[in-house]
Order: sequence, then structure tokens, then C-alpha cells
Amino acid sequence: MRVPLSWLTDFVTLDADARTIAEALDRLGLEVEALDAPGAEIIGVKVARILAVRPHPNADKLQLCDIEFGDGTTTVVCGAPNVVDGMVVAYAPSGATLPGGFTLEQRKIRGELSDGMLCSSRELGLGDEHDGILALSTDSELGLDVRDVLGLHDVVFDLSITPNRSDAMSVAGVARDLAAHFGVPFTVPVPSVDVSGDADDITVVVDAVDRAPRFTARRVGVTMGPSPEWMQRRLTLAGMRPISNVVDVTNYVMLELGQPSHAFDLDRLRGPGLVVRLANDGETLTTLDDVERKLLPTDLLICDADRRPQAIAGIMGGAEAEVHDGTTGIVLEVAYFAPMGISKTSKRLGLRSEASARFERGVDPNGVLRASDRVVELLAEVASAPAGPPAIDEYPAPIERERIRVRPARVGAVLGLELDGAQVRDALRPIEIEIEETGEEDTFVAIAPTFRPDLTREIDIVEEVGRRVGLDSIPRTLPHTTEQGGGLTPRQRARRLVADVLVGLGLSEAYTLPLISEGDVTRVGLSLDATVRATNSLSAEEPILRPAILPGLLKSAAHNAGQGITDLAFFELGHVFGAPPKKQLLPDERDHLVVLLTGMVRRGPVEADRPVDVYDATDVLHAVVDALQLSRVETRSDDHPGFIAGRAASIVVDHAVIGAVGEIDPGVLDAFGAPGSAVGFELHLDPLLAGERRDPAFTPLSRYPAAAMDLAFVLDESVPAAAVLATVRKAGGDLLEDARVFDEFRSDALGAGRRSLAIALRFRAPDRTLKDTELTAVWQACIDAVIKAHDAELRS
Amino acid sequence: MDLSELDLGAAQAAIAAADTVDELADLRKRFLGKKGAVNRAKESIKTLDPAERPKVGQAVNAFTTGVTEALEGREAEIAPPGSAEPPLDLTLGSHGRRRGHLHLVTQCQRELEDVFVSLGYRVAEGPEVEDDWHNFEALNFPVGHPARAMQDTLYVDLGEPEQVMLRTHTSPVQIRLMETQPPPIYSVMPGRTYRNETVDARHSAVFHQIEGLAVDRGLTFGDLAGTLETFTSAYFGKKVTSRLLPSYFPFTEPSAEFAITCVFCDAAGCRVCSYTGWIELGGCGMVDPNVFLAVGIDPEEYTGFAFGFGLERMPMLRYGVEPIKTFFDNDSRFLSRY
Repeated sequence: MRVPLSWLTDFVTLDADARTIAEALDRLGLEVEALDAPGAEIIGVKVARILAVRPHPNADKLQLCDIEFGDGTTTVVCGAPNVVDGMVVAYAPSGATLPGGFTLEQRKIRGELSDGMLCSSRELGLGDEHDGILALSTDSELGLDVRDVLGLHDVVFDLSITPNRSDAMSVAGVARDLAAHFGVPFTVPVPSVDVSGDADDITVVVDAVDRAPRFTARRVGVTMGPSPEWMQRRLTLAGMRPISNVVDVTNYVMLELGQPSHAFDLDRLRGPGLVVRLANDGETLTTLDDVERKLLPTDLLICDADRRPQAIAGIMGGAEAEVHDGTTGIVLEVAYFAPMGISKTSKRLGLRSEASARFERGVDPNGVLRASDRVVELLAEVASAPAGPPAIDEYPAPIERERIRVRPARVGAVLGLELDGAQVRDALRPIEIEIEETGEEDTFVAIAPTFRPDLTREIDIVEEVGRRVGLDSIPRTLPHTTEQGGGLTPRQRARRLVADVLVGLGLSEAYTLPLISEGDVTRVGLSLDATVRATNSLSAEEPILRPAILPGLLKSAAHNAGQGITDLAFFELGHVFGAPPKKQLLPDERDHLVVLLTGMVRRGPVEADRPVDVYDATDVLHAVVDALQLSRVETRSDDHPGFIAGRAASIVVDHAVIGAVGEIDPGVLDAFGAPGSAVGFELHLDPLLAGERRDPAFTPLSRYPAAAMDLAFVLDESVPAAAVLATVRKAGGDLLEDARVFDEFRSDALGAGRRSLAIALRFRAPDRTLKDTELTAVWQACIDAVIKAHDAELRS
Repeated sequence: MDLSELDLGAAQAAIAAADTVDELADLRKRFLGKKGAVNRAKESIKTLDPAERPKVGQAVNAFTTGVTEALEGREAEIAPPGSAEPPLDLTLGSHGRRRGHLHLVTQCQRELEDVFVSLGYRVAEGPEVEDDWHNFEALNFPVGHPARAMQDTLYVDLGEPEQVMLRTHTSPVQIRLMETQPPPIYSVMPGRTYRNETVDARHSAVFHQIEGLAVDRGLTFGDLAGTLETFTSAYFGKKVTSRLLPSYFPFTEPSAEFAITCVFCDAAGCRVCSYTGWIELGGCGMVDPNVFLAVGIDPEEYTGFAFGFGLERMPMLRYGVEPIKTFFDNDSRFLSRY
């Protein structure tokens, strides 16, 4: 809502500068998005009079205008057809600046020197008119800055009005709040209208009373033409385009009082009257914007007496009965429509207008007739409307003002202010909330004006009092929170720990977009079957709610590759989505942890660089597992979509598969445009966090010496190293403190399908130095167990 | 076998007596060289009865360790490390190990969570796909309410049309919390949110919010204002002050926008704050009684307040990160910057 300061002063006298007023508007909840000074860009443009118009010697369509501008005369070239001797115009000399930052200079046009130019409305930023030079009032003083003559020193408050404040969708409504704020009088003059004739010279039938609780219509004779400059200027400042005197008046009253109205051409209606009814299924209407609208029985129509649709009520008029240059009489409709209905139809048709924006918030049902009178008053002034019949007013069930019980003590208690009853009452009166005493000291009834449909409950009154005293003036306190301790849940702490460990390992956290394309899903070998999708995404190619995060990370890898960065270490913690579990509405939504390592592991210059390999990924996994102190996590070689066969494993927690780790299939990388090699894992976070923990009980640290020994076995390739280690650990029992594989070796001598694994063992007893015999026994037990369990040979 | 050659005490004495680097090199050769005492002893182990091997092996290891330490110790005394070799160029590089980085939004989320945890709040979470009840209806957005149009909703193909959506704000977590936990409630709710918006420098279809909710007996708008001030000065510093201007949200009343004095120009006015001296951070207000009724809390007994703001906005303000898309491209140069 754009509100010119000069218009506000029709209703309230403001003795404050624009910035102070803007601040007040902010404090009232009428947020000032911008403070425009439309004349600020017009610099150095003067009032001038045309002395003589002469033909241009070299061009038929151009003329030379000799002009005087107070302290001088000069000549400009002009192409406009409307210049005549004696016309008073806006003259932009060389050096003057016009809106858009355009600065004039002397130049020759077809061989004749033009000393600046004469301006059209559009060139001054005042409207679209560009066919002719703007004519100023002939008694304007020559040489004056045109901004003085055109009233362009005005400022415009561009307000963002919240949906609850229908009353502030009008200049008068904004003025009312300002008057209360500054403590000055506020008045909206009562329109004065000459009435003659009978009200029932047209017919009005309202079929859908619940949708049009109040409906008024009257016949008005008009003489079409442009509206006067002052009205055009105000409309333009308020952001509306002047059209014709009749249309401009209806728009003007809408901006001024917040009440939309519509003028139908009387002669183009079939029968002098209006019918308000619901649309029939499949009925159509071509609206003013020349679009044919298909209607439903939930849409409200204004029809002519023949019941032919002429307007979608409260939203837009029809093309058929639009006023035009030859209009001599109108039927003026001013009504109160039920907000919900307007909102539904407007949303369904995708058709929003200045009128619908006001009706769907709720106009003042009891201000309808005054608005009708105001339109007629202005039509008399600007469209020579003669005295006409009074309005027909269909208002079978007048809407009463809301009566709200208010406890002043409660108002103070919610706001956190010490307020007595008188202060609460005094805060409400200036915004036309009437106070009715109940006889009880601690309660009164607040009677809300019908232009404030947002006021129905005590809490609404609390808000009004808060607005009036200023939310910022409420003393700031802190709650006394003694009953609950703050903190993170164990799960939240574990998730932070996982992220911190990953960061420590050199991985950076990525945030990829959860909406991806079908191709993103299928390219990693996943199915679209159980996916959930957005139905109305503006980004139509990416409707799938990700079933996995890996595709997103691969896209990020491709993005980085495009920037010449191919060595990446990423992780992401986030939600993934699947089809809802049985009998549930919402999707299966869970947290995933994903790790992706790509390119080279850079160890130079001291050590050699090498490509990432699966063990980089399992290292990361094991570090996370260790940080969470999990006791039963293992990897089990398995094929998984998206990973190279034979280079992937299932991640198993407490015997359940929760994800996969491995080397990403080069075909998948290629499909995403991610280069080189990549490894990683994706797992379901919650079973990991819920995995069985190691026994944290402390075991005293042995003070006795350790004995280190190495063993090497030759075994079948199919035997996992983890199985060998498990066998060794079992055989080693309590005396075996540590066991790890330190070498893997293959050769022709070992035979195809066989490999050697070398294992380092560390033995130690808690309570003694191990004797040689004990050591030999346990060592041999380890050897025997591996040979037996895995068909292995001891390698000497 | 003859283990007399492996007399550690004698070896240590010989090493201690050496005075030059050359002498030490000779001793090293004698004990540890290819044909030195240790290797000869190892050879002989193979000839032993397997039962004796571990014992002898240990003795050899102990001798090796002892001699090595003695040699290194004496070497360090005669010729401190680096004195003979050219110094190492420590600017040469490294083994390439680098720390990773938390995403900037996570960093901001944690900072804010920690501020509120210290004020006695817990952290609550909820699903990103929501039903109409939690995202709108229970928050006092009835069907057809114009305020629904304030948020461009991304719907999901589940249930009846427009019944299931990607949450447009973190506020549904408030409802889930109040449905399951009796007051008092003091919680913050960070999370991912979605709008069907055209993406531009400052708007993204996907973004993050953090929301706070307090429900207790006797909470006031003053408590809300005080809480926000405590938070803003904890996060932005004492110099920053906050202000509250009336606004409208269906689920709070009275509602307000809260703003802080511009952190870039100390409220003098600059490009970032559009020369107003103020930066809008988010919305807040007292929990609307209709919301309490929806979740079965008596609005006469309890009052509450809620506040929320965008997480990306904080680093955008602090560091000038732009466009917002930067947060989701995962450009390695960006991630490792913070």
C-alpha cells in the first residue's frame, strides 16, 4: 500500500517530518518498506512558456519552439503534436536530470540546435502519457522548479500491511492510527450528495445473502473524460494508473476509504439492475483483462437483470459492461462480500486485484453506503454527475460490532506492564474502540468498530493496547525457569560428536538440496518405487524427496570438479524420505550419514600422493564407530548399487545391515560428471547411534611387560581378514592384548586364489610377567585355531 | 648358542666410551650390522629347539633395543640432531593432513543452541514433511485464511491434495512438542524448511530456521523481549540492541518483528541496513490462545511466547555471504573458508 503524505493530511494534521512519521508507522505495525520521494530525481526542470512554434527546416514531424523561462529565452526542437503558442510546459535545460538518471545536454537535431527539451508526463516519471508534452496550468510562475508546481515534493510511504489489518489498506485507516499515535484529531468528512428521484428505478436481487451480506447499487449519470490532474497525481503516487474519470473515482475511493466499488455501463447491462448469485457449473465470463474465466458454483457473480454474468464479485469486472468513452450512465455497485469466498475464488483463478486484496481481508460492512456516497460526490465533481436516485441497500442482517469482555489486569499480565483500568481504556478510545462499563471494577466491554474485523477476543485487545503503548516500552525481563534444566539429548550430543570426529579427520560438512531429479535417483542404482515427490515445485525437474544423500554429494563433487577441485572429503548428516509406513500419512523420514572421498590423498612432497581407496572410507567409518564406543559393528563384503562389485561391504550393526561402504562405480561418477575415483559410505544414523556400546568399566592397566610376536598365514582369498583376526582373538583370550594385520601378500608361489596375511600380536598378563611356556602355549593356540578354522598354512 | 656376545652392559659401556661419530658407526656395525652380533644370534635361533626359541628371541630383542637406544643417546650427545645434515625446510609443505569444517549453518545453529541451552532451553526436532494440522491448522491458519498465502507451500503427493507438505516453517515442532509434553516448556527448534519460491540472491526454496518456544505460568511479552535481548547480546555482542515492532502471525498475539541495531555500521546507516540502522532478524509473539486450545493447554492457566528466524541470515549478515545458493553448492573453497 503506497500512501502519499499529502493525502494523509486530508484527514489528520501531522506536525512531523517524513522520517518521524515513518518511524511512527513502524511502531504502529504498519511497516514502512520504502520512503519514496518521486520528485527527487527531477533536478533543474523549470516552468516555461512557449512563445512561438515554427516548422523545423529539415524535418516534417519536428518543430522549433521558442520559449521563455523567467530569466531567459531559448529554442528547443520538439516532436510532440500538441505544442501551441502560449502553452506552459516543463522545460529541461541542458544540465537538468530526469528520472532514470538521464542528464540533458545541448545537441543538434537534424541540423538545428536544441537547448534541452520539453517534457511529457512519462519523461517526468508521472505516468504513461507520452503522446504530447505535459501542459501545466497557465498561471504557473515561469522559471519555477516544476516540482513546486506539480506537488512533487510529496513523499510516499510504501507500507507492507499485514493480513489482519484490512482497515490499513486505506489512506484514512493509516491516518486514523497516526492521529492516535500523535494525539491529534482525525476526521473523515461526510460526503455531501444531491439526491433526486426514486431508489427503485433499477432492480437489485441478492440470491446469495451469506456471500454478499450487504449489497448496494445506484444509477449515476456521467460524462466521460480524463480525471483532473490532482486525482491522477494521487493515483499515480499510490501506484495506480489513471484510466478515466469514472474508473479513477472508484479507485480513488478504494484507496482513500478501503472500500472497492464497481461501475457498470448502464446501457450495456441487459435490463437496468443487478442480480447477485452463485455461478453455474461450467459458466464462463470474460473479465476486464480479456481472459475467459471458467466458473464453479462456489464463485459469486454480479449479473445484470437478465442474470447474465457481468463481474466476478469482489475480484474483477467483466469486459461486456465495462465503462467506455461513450458511457453516459453507470450502475454503481458497492458491497460487502464475505472474505472467505473471495479468497477461495481469487486463489483458484489465480486472479488477485486491489479489490480482492481488500475484500478477502474484510472491508467495513457499515462503511459501504458512505463509500457509495463518496464515489457519487466525486463523480459530481469530476464527471459532471447530476443529482440521482439514492442507493438501493440490501442489508437484511446488519453486522453488529463485536463486544469483547476485557479484564485490564489480564492485559497488563500478558504484556508484562503495570496498567490500571483507566490506562487500558484510554489506550483504546482513540482508535474508535468504544468502552462500555459493566459495573464491575475489573471488567469492561470493548466494542470494536466493524472496520476492525480482526478484533474479536480479549487477546486482540491486549495486542491493541501493546501497539498503543509501544511494544518497545515494555520493560524487559527474563522468565524464571527453575523447573527444567536445559541441554542436549544424548542423541543430539552423539550427532555432534560424529560431526566433530569427521571434521577432525579432515572431512567438511556439506548441505545438499533434498529435492532431486528422477535421474539422480536412478543413476546411483536406486529405485523410484518408494520415493515421495513434491507436486507443485517451481523447479519441476527436481520433484523427488531424496531417498539417499549420495546423489546430492556426487552433484557437489561435479560442481567442484567444474571449479578445478577434484580432491574432496565431504560428509553430510540429513533427512531422507521413503514411502509412508502402513496406515501412516507421513513419509518414512530418517537421518542418514554419508561420507564421500574423491580424487587423491595428497601426502607430498615428503611422501607420495595416491588415489583414495576403500580403506580411507573404512578408516573414517571405524573412527566414527570408535567415537561412539560401539562394540558390535562390522563390515561384510557384499555388493551394493552404486558401488564397484567386489569393492563394497555392508555395514552391520548388531547383526542388522544399516548401510554400505565401498568404492563408487566409475559409471556412476561419470553419469554425475564427477571425475576420478571416489569412495565412501552411506548409512542409517539412528541404528548406529543406538548400537550396543562397549563396556566402559575400567580394567586396571597391567604393569607387567608385553611380548610382541608376528605370525603369517597363507589362506584362501575368500577368508576375510576380520575373520582371521576374530579367530586369533578368541584363541588368544585374555592374554592377547592387541592383534592387527600389518601385511598382505600374493605371489605365484602361494598359488592362485591364495594370499598371505601377516599379523602382529601383543600378549600381556594383568598380574604377572608371562612365562615362556605360557607364551608359547597361547601363541601355538592362535596358530592352531587359524589353521583349523580357515584351512590356513603357517608361513615361515 | 653363544649368547655371551649379547652382553648389554658391556655394549653400553663401549658406546658410552666412544668419542667420535666414526667410533659410534663402527660400534653400530659391530652390534647391528649385517654380520653383527644381533644377526648372528638370530641365525642361530633357527637351530634351536622350538620350545626355547621364544626365550632366546626375547633376549635378542631386548639387546637390540638397548643397544639402539644407547647408540642414539650417545649420537645425540656427540652430534646433536640437525648439526650434520642441512636443516629441514619446514615451509616445504606437509603430509597433507587438514582438518575439515562444519558447514557454516551448522556452526551458527550450534552457537544459537548453546546460547539457549545456557538459558535453560532444550533442543527439539521434528519431521520435514508435515501434515496440514501441524504446519497450518493447529497454528491457527484455518483453511482459506489469507495468511496461508504468505507462505508458498510445496505439497507432497501423499494423502488428500494439499494435506501433506514440506514444512514451511519450524513452527510445527512447537505443536508436536506441546502435544506430547506438559508445560513448562522451554525449547528451541532448529531445522530445514521449504518454500515454493523463485530462487534469487537472498531466497532459496530450501533454508533453515531456528524457533523458540516457552510455555509456563505467568510468562509475559516483557519476558519475550528480555529473552531476545539476552540472546542478541550473547550472539552479536553487548553493543547490539534489539527492538520490537508490531506485526502479524496467526500463531502469536501480540506479534512482533524483532530487529537489531545494524552490526555493520553500529546503527549509523549503511547499505546492508538500507540506511535505517536496523536489521530485521525474525518474528515473535505471545502464543495465540487458539494454538493452546488446539493442543489442549488451558490459555487461562498458561501463557507462552515463541520466536523464530532464518539461520542462513546470520552468516549472511556476519560475513556477507551471498547468494544464498552458496550454502548449498558445497564449493570446497567456501566450506573450508569457515
